[in-house]
Amino acid sequence: MSERITTDDVAKVAKLARLRLRPDELTRFTEQLDAVLDHAEDLQTLDLDDLEPLAHPAELSNVLRADRVGALLDRDEVLASAPQAENGRYRVPPVLGEAP
Amino acid sequence: MSPTPPMSPTQPTSTTVDLDVWEIVIGLEVHTELATATKLFSSAPNHFGGEANTNIDPLTLGLPGSLPVLNEQAVELAIRVGLALNCTVQRSTFARKNYFYPDQSKNYQISQFDLPINVDGSLELPDGKVVGIERAHLEEDTGKTTHVGGGGRIHDAQHSLVDYNRAGVPLLEIVGRPDLRSADEARAYVSELRSVLVAVGASDGKMEEGSLRVDCNVSVRRRGEEEFGTRCEIKNINSLRSLGRAVDYEAARQVDLITAGDRVEQQTRHWNEDEGRTTLLRSKEGSDDYRYFPEPDLVVLDPGSEWIERVRAELPMLPADRRHRLVEQCGAGVEQAALVVERGLDELCLAAVAAGADATRTLTHAEHNLSDGRSVELDPGSFAALVKMELDGSLSATQAKTVLAELVAHGGDPTEIAAVHGFEAMDSSELDGLIDALISNHPDEWQRFCDGDGKVTGFFVGQVMKATQGKADGKVVTGLLRDRAG
Repeated sequence: MSERITTDDVAKVAKLARLRLRPDELTRFTEQLDAVLDHAEDLQTLDLDDLEPLAHPAELSNVLRADRVGALLDRDEVLASAPQAENGRYRVPPVLGEAP
Repeated sequence: MSPTPPMSPTQPTSTTVDLDVWEIVIGLEVHTELATATKLFSSAPNHFGGEANTNIDPLTLGLPGSLPVLNEQAVELAIRVGLALNCTVQRSTFARKNYFYPDQSKNYQISQFDLPINVDGSLELPDGKVVGIERAHLEEDTGKTTHVGGGGRIHDAQHSLVDYNRAGVPLLEIVGRPDLRSADEARAYVSELRSVLVAVGASDGKMEEGSLRVDCNVSVRRRGEEEFGTRCEIKNINSLRSLGRAVDYEAARQVDLITAGDRVEQQTRHWNEDEGRTTLLRSKEGSDDYRYFPEPDLVVLDPGSEWIERVRAELPMLPADRRHRLVEQCGAGVEQAALVVERGLDELCLAAVAAGADATRTLTHAEHNLSDGRSVELDPGSFAALVKMELDGSLSATQAKTVLAELVAHGGDPTEIAAVHGFEAMDSSELDGLIDALISNHPDEWQRFCDGDGKVTGFFVGQVMKATQGKADGKVVTGLLRDRAG
């Protein structure tokens, strides 16, 4: 297997994405991601000096909206579909630490 | 005062850092909520306070199928701040910052990463120091989590409650360069930044409501060293006072670590206002851990020169320029100019001077006698008239102060107010009689005055003031005394 990407790298990304992978999945995804990197390397060989970097595939810019208040959702209706709610708030399991 | 925190191995033994040996290096990240009507990417209201989860719409809750559309006014305000901070406003893109925490319903925050809207700016502090601004980028605010049980402490909480009213509110994160060197400078920077944000109408600047939030990076190094030390980021700073305390505590903690032969580790730390110290929140994660990637649902933002130049032309005069103007046009001192501009009295002073008032006397009043918030509404013509009356001797300094206070409180004509108080220029013949009587009643003091003992001048002036109920002009009295002493 290539040194470009290891099963440790994939395990780390899986952990960050909260995905639990079996050992055979870890191997398979590492191979697949390695193939993606092959493709990227193919692209690297192209001469792109004359091209502007592309920020988004849709060649649009400045899609903006006026700063006007629109329709809102009803709180009670929304919270009724939440697993748990309390005092008008979503109730969630205890979280360790503060937000990043 | 806060209670003394319990001693622990990381507790600084000294509260102050020896600044002859050590240099404190500070860089601040200031998040400001932008004063728009709606959120950054949806039309739900941007409104502080109110019932939990009432300012919500499908995008705020990250419901399937909802898509973000950028708020034009948020961009306008971001450009205003960027230009006010001398930044280059550039073509920018949005990115997803991925993390799992319930303060964002979608498990990512939309921010700007490799191409922020504003880059490479600066901010001039009242003392003339210029602090670099690395970038000022747009991002969305998070919801508010409340930890229940365990006495409100995060780590012992039984469960948490989430209110998404604040989620999606437009933020501008202003990243300053590590150019600050003391707690005082850090406070001055935030204070100046707040003035600029308020001046351009981008923010209400209320730290206590979270409109302005400060994360503080602190490191220390021995004087003369070129390399920066390892820094720690301090969160949960809610006031300028906390900022100063947190910097001093954290610098002392790091110096103690190094002095003891330990290393400072790169960490995110939490400022505890009650205990007056920082505690470990987590080891610092690298930006890789957030798996930033381009936001596929938003296109490029490219304001273009027309928009940018229109905003530039509409910018109000900024605090630094207003200070310079006061120094140049009225001869104000640097600190005096800072205070007068902070009180918003510079226009008043300039107008009074233009109406013929003496600049020095006008500024002295603004500095010492116009701390009342209503002073900004003072009529410049009346103010000028008062200063003129004082200068031509028809009012003493004490009387002028009284008339000025009344002008601020009720307005009116200074001549009439002076008349109502019976403040009329003392006839010098009246003063002559008083002074002659004083001299004959206090021969010993008079001899000392004649011998050049300056200390008794105050005695004689005080006696005259007492006899005239403050109507006499101290300078005139001193002159008459000198005349008699020969």
